[in-house]
Amino acid sequence: MSSIAQPHSARAEAAIAAATEEARLAAAGRTDAISGPRAIGVPLKRFAALVWTIAVSQFKLKFYGSALGYLWQLMRPLLMFGVLYLFFTQILRFPEVQYYPVVLLQGIVVFTFLSEATVGSVGSLVENEILVRKIQFPRLAVPFAIVLAALFNLLINYVVVLVFLIIQGGSPMWSWLYEFPILLVLLVILATAISTLLSALFVRYRDIRPIWEVLLQTIYFISLVLIPVEAITNTTLRKLLLINPFACLIEQLRHAVISASAPTVLEVFGNPWLLALPVTIAVALCVIAFIVFDRMAPKVAEEL
Amino acid sequence: MDPAPSGAVSPRPAVVIDDVSKSFTLPTEQVHTLKERALHPLRRSASEKLDALKGVSMTVNKGEFFGVVGRNGSGKSTLLKCMAGIYQIDGGQIFIDGRLSTFIELGVGFNPDLASRDNVTINGVMMGLTPREAADRFDKVIEFAELEEFVDLKLKNYSSGMQVRLAFSVAIQVDADVLLIDEVLAVGDAAFQQKCSDVFYKMRDDGQTVLLVTHDMGAVTRFCDRAALLDRGRVVDFGDPEEVARSYLDLNFGTSRVEAQHGEGARVGDGAGSIDDAWFEDSDGERLETLVQGQHTRFCAKATFSRDTANIEWGVVFENAEHHPVFATTTTWAEIDTGTIAAGEETSFSVDFEVPFAPGRIFATPMLTYRGAGDRYVDRRERFASAVVTATRHSGGSVMVAHDVHFAKSKASK
Repeated sequence: MSSIAQPHSARAEAAIAAATEEARLAAAGRTDAISGPRAIGVPLKRFAALVWTIAVSQFKLKFYGSALGYLWQLMRPLLMFGVLYLFFTQILRFPEVQYYPVVLLQGIVVFTFLSEATVGSVGSLVENEILVRKIQFPRLAVPFAIVLAALFNLLINYVVVLVFLIIQGGSPMWSWLYEFPILLVLLVILATAISTLLSALFVRYRDIRPIWEVLLQTIYFISLVLIPVEAITNTTLRKLLLINPFACLIEQLRHAVISASAPTVLEVFGNPWLLALPVTIAVALCVIAFIVFDRMAPKVAEEL
Repeated sequence: MDPAPSGAVSPRPAVVIDDVSKSFTLPTEQVHTLKERALHPLRRSASEKLDALKGVSMTVNKGEFFGVVGRNGSGKSTLLKCMAGIYQIDGGQIFIDGRLSTFIELGVGFNPDLASRDNVTINGVMMGLTPREAADRFDKVIEFAELEEFVDLKLKNYSSGMQVRLAFSVAIQVDADVLLIDEVLAVGDAAFQQKCSDVFYKMRDDGQTVLLVTHDMGAVTRFCDRAALLDRGRVVDFGDPEEVARSYLDLNFGTSRVEAQHGEGARVGDGAGSIDDAWFEDSDGERLETLVQGQHTRFCAKATFSRDTANIEWGVVFENAEHHPVFATTTTWAEIDTGTIAAGEETSFSVDFEVPFAPGRIFATPMLTYRGAGDRYVDRRERFASAVVTATRHSGGSVMVAHDVHFAKSKASK
């Protein structure tokens, strides 16, 4: 059996030769060849429209058909808070810092955001296989959309946090208007970087999901969600914990949103140069995430 | 076809595919335990390389209806996916002028858990519409797909035909400059197929650039201006749709060797003579396994005699796959006198005709009988020879009748 496909007639052969030549001529000198799938590769406005549309659909997917579905989603951090609050007031000694319940609630809300964004993103490219395999669109839109949906929940949850703070006797601060948004942006960037990295790695290594779930648990305990930084007596340990950029954000958010008297990250470090450590980690994460995703993007449709 | 002479201003083709290759790495099935992975974290599992496209070149002009045909696994869909930008090509270049709309592998990407409105919006946005434009077109999309009653249903509750209708409807509503369509005609009910046909005709008249991947040679010859035949990742025919369609049929039935099993059926006869061979051949005497409808063909049979025999009659019955006799003829009917035949003599019999049969397998039962004796056979070999008939036109029955179709319309007189 001949294994090489070949034209069956002289006529076909001539036609193919002519077509090949025609294509070669038409391609000569042109530089606008299509590039195949990319991480972004489209105008920003279109990218934003895509992220938005996917986020809306993800949102609908999650809560379609359950009227209370979304309510439960919002209740989750509150329920978690209730349990921990009881634990810390009834069983363990309550850490003596200003507005501790609010600090605890904010920690849980912020951590919930990180968890929703990253856990949702891990399998996102694979779960959106139907789209990825059939339409060319910027692949980065998928994890971004998941983060966007999680951000939406975070903002609603933050309303609860602020209301709770006022009930507890706190008062609005000017830092809500400038420091708080900046910190939120940093938080979103950090979460996006992690989400992007995980979604790209998961396409090839399916072990990423369980690994990340364990890591996330670890982050929960070392990120000052439960315990404010003053409760740690060992000052070296304090600094060590703050090397984690996520812990920095939670601590700084506490200062900016809940009580101005809480120590800033800079105050805990003492030396401004130490701040370079978490910053470096965060920047490195972003860079690595982008490089990995950019490399993976053209191959996603094949590797699924 | 004439390549653009240098210097002349020729319009830029809508699609240029220049020497494109694409291969896939297929992991060979191997179960890796976690332990194994932990011990050798860097070892890649064994894999095989599959060349799906090997140096494919073609151009599609603006306003052209272009057909891409080929057997399963010939690389058609891969080529379309490369053009759609879903796969990254390994070599060569692809140029596409303008916006692309795709209908790939039975549909655009639909999420089964979302209602049609959400799915249509997502797909529209992905193909380049703004969310507002996509929402505005929803009604038109649904109207074309004739799914008005099912708007609020989740896609998973749609039948597969309904999904395809919706997907095709989306693909043609996004104002694309170039439309890539993969196998839309294979699904959907008759009414929808007719609708697709109407759309295709309209597109052709409107000068829409379309690339159509299909197995339906009828569609290729009806709609396409030009076509390309792919086989194992290469272009093996290009140009006139009729020629390409014929090559495709050759390729399909010529290469899968299940043909011409001799002596499939029963044999009866008194042994005075023996039919040794029967076959179909073309006008050059070349034996055929594939008959092309409308082409001149000859059926031949040979027999040797072991006894002196007189008054015999040669005949043949052609049957289709459903065992219905389609046509029969004999030397007697043709008023040929066979005379006497001596022992050791060989006789041959042939029938010349233009293949009238509908596509499918055709069987020939050659027979030698004693004239006027009805069922006294010298030799009769049931379904002794067979061939596959191919055609580019539908006939709806067991034969194709030479015919012309006319249509006219005028104002009704009152």
